[in-house]
Amino acid sequence: MSRPLLSLRGLSRRFGETVALDRLDLDVPPGEFLALLGGSGSGKSTLLRVIAGFEAPDAGQVLFEGRDLAGVPPHARPLNMMFQSYALFPHLTVAGNVAYGLRREGVARAERHRRVAEALAMVGLEEFGRRLPHRLSGGQRQRVALARVLVKRPRLLLLDEPLGALDAGLRERTGFELRALQRETGAAFIMVTHDQSEALALADRVAVLEQGRLVQLGPPRAVYERPATRFVASFLGGANVLEGRPDGAGGLDCPLLGGTLRPAETLPEGCTACALRPERIALRSGASGPNTASGTIEEVAFRGDDSLLLVRMPGGAVLRVGHAEEDGAPPPRGSTVQLSWEAAAVVPLLG
Amino acid sequence: MRRSLFPRLGLLLGLLFLWLPVLLLAGYAFSDARIPFQWGGFSWRWFVALAGNERLLAAAWLSLRVAASAATLAVVLGGCIGWVLARQGPFRGRPLFGALAGAPLVLPDVVTGLSLLLFFVLLEGATGWPAERGATTILLAHATIGGAYAAVLVQARLATLERELEEAARDLGAGPATTFATITLPLLAPSLVAGWLLAFTLSLDDVVVASFVSGPAGTTLPMVVFSMLRLGLTPEINALAVVILLLALTSAGGALLLLRGVLGRR
Repeated sequence: MSRPLLSLRGLSRRFGETVALDRLDLDVPPGEFLALLGGSGSGKSTLLRVIAGFEAPDAGQVLFEGRDLAGVPPHARPLNMMFQSYALFPHLTVAGNVAYGLRREGVARAERHRRVAEALAMVGLEEFGRRLPHRLSGGQRQRVALARVLVKRPRLLLLDEPLGALDAGLRERTGFELRALQRETGAAFIMVTHDQSEALALADRVAVLEQGRLVQLGPPRAVYERPATRFVASFLGGANVLEGRPDGAGGLDCPLLGGTLRPAETLPEGCTACALRPERIALRSGASGPNTASGTIEEVAFRGDDSLLLVRMPGGAVLRVGHAEEDGAPPPRGSTVQLSWEAAAVVPLLG
Repeated sequence: MRRSLFPRLGLLLGLLFLWLPVLLLAGYAFSDARIPFQWGGFSWRWFVALAGNERLLAAAWLSLRVAASAATLAVVLGGCIGWVLARQGPFRGRPLFGALAGAPLVLPDVVTGLSLLLFFVLLEGATGWPAERGATTILLAHATIGGAYAAVLVQARLATLERELEEAARDLGAGPATTFATITLPLLAPSLVAGWLLAFTLSLDDVVVASFVSGPAGTTLPMVVFSMLRLGLTPEINALAVVILLLALTSAGGALLLLRGVLGRR
């Protein structure tokens, strides 16, 4: 494997009683788009600030190409950060904002003008160089912030919720543009987000943080389909997490469900919970045995391309079940339904 | 569309209330009479007399110099205090420091003046400085009071200033000093200018504190005008008021244009 661009070794940071980072290890190869996914308080923003040098870790190392960055102030670090608020300088024009980082490097005037124009063209804002930030729309500000860091040609760019302040329509388009810019520049991107669909859609790898710990790391599809822990399973796509006891025959006996979950592989030692994605559960009458159950529809929510059913199981659990539109209208509230799923849909959880 | 009469009437009354006394005073400056508030036909004679009144002019010049220096010192002092209060985070004695920094805002001038006088006298006894009370002591006193106002303005501005702006500058390669000079200071400029103007005005019209800490060497304009009240006013005062009014209006207008230039650059 090629040498990582950025390595985090045992990073810890606490604020009083709160643990923001807990012995975190992570390697980021050059040119990777990594998404740091977590809820509020998961430590994802703290991690970004530690890498950028605004917070010092209590323990552990931040290595850039093998060089320890401890004691290196933010302005001397070989990476850049795009802030959630964009942090555009209100007293400088768009071009002045983009040129700021180049001025600090002492780039000569002509070269500076050329690179500023280039960066503004890259984000489609050629015409806006002379505007002040407060006369731009939210989407335009986001692009200026992006141009301002990309003009420095960083090999590692940190992005704190880069799409968070945009409205839904703009978000998807900007996300694709972000991906294209990342490919074009070849820089490694580390993007912090709390939006799972954003992380899954854009990243090469997704790192899920929970209470300052890295709980799972992998390609989006793998993380989505094979969540490692209860937290990842419910955070990503709202999977059903079902607790139970091994039945000795390779299945998990779930009293709350009123049935048995039997995964395709053998149940690992000590496993007491499995995940089951709503869209993998089918309504089917006449099924029986393991990986089937029946319950009462408590709530039906239409979501456009499918409907979400909340099904109350005899053991007391409420199961989230996806019902695709092409299968016709979902049964009405209060009706009893039989559910079944494939063994491959049952994912044993280890934490 | 018919506009309502009421807001216009209110505006007119408000302006009259504020400006009628000033306009009367300015008008009588051009009166050819010996008593300030008697009309004796149009004349420039009091402006001519003012130009020859060295005591009044010297006092005015001293006042302007003291006010300008005190305001400058106040902005530096207040800027530091405001910075510490807004950015240093919690430290031992911070609440006390904050309260003390704001004390001159609420203390009566008499108390401030008296305490400063005592301080200067004790200081002279201990160190031999200040050898005499006058322009220097007035300047220091006014800087103390003006500094409190400047501190409040700077602190308020810093509190609303996004921390991330300075962090973004650091991230883009600016060291702490460069960040301060290129980001913090320009964004702080309006409150610094406002603080300077406020301190300047406070110094220019202060009689009470100045009277306490002044000596024979230092007589500011308000003190002279005040003492003239007892001996009898002449319309020279009116003429002087017109001159000061013009100065104040042009400098305020200038400051406004300057601020627009700095902030509203298109």
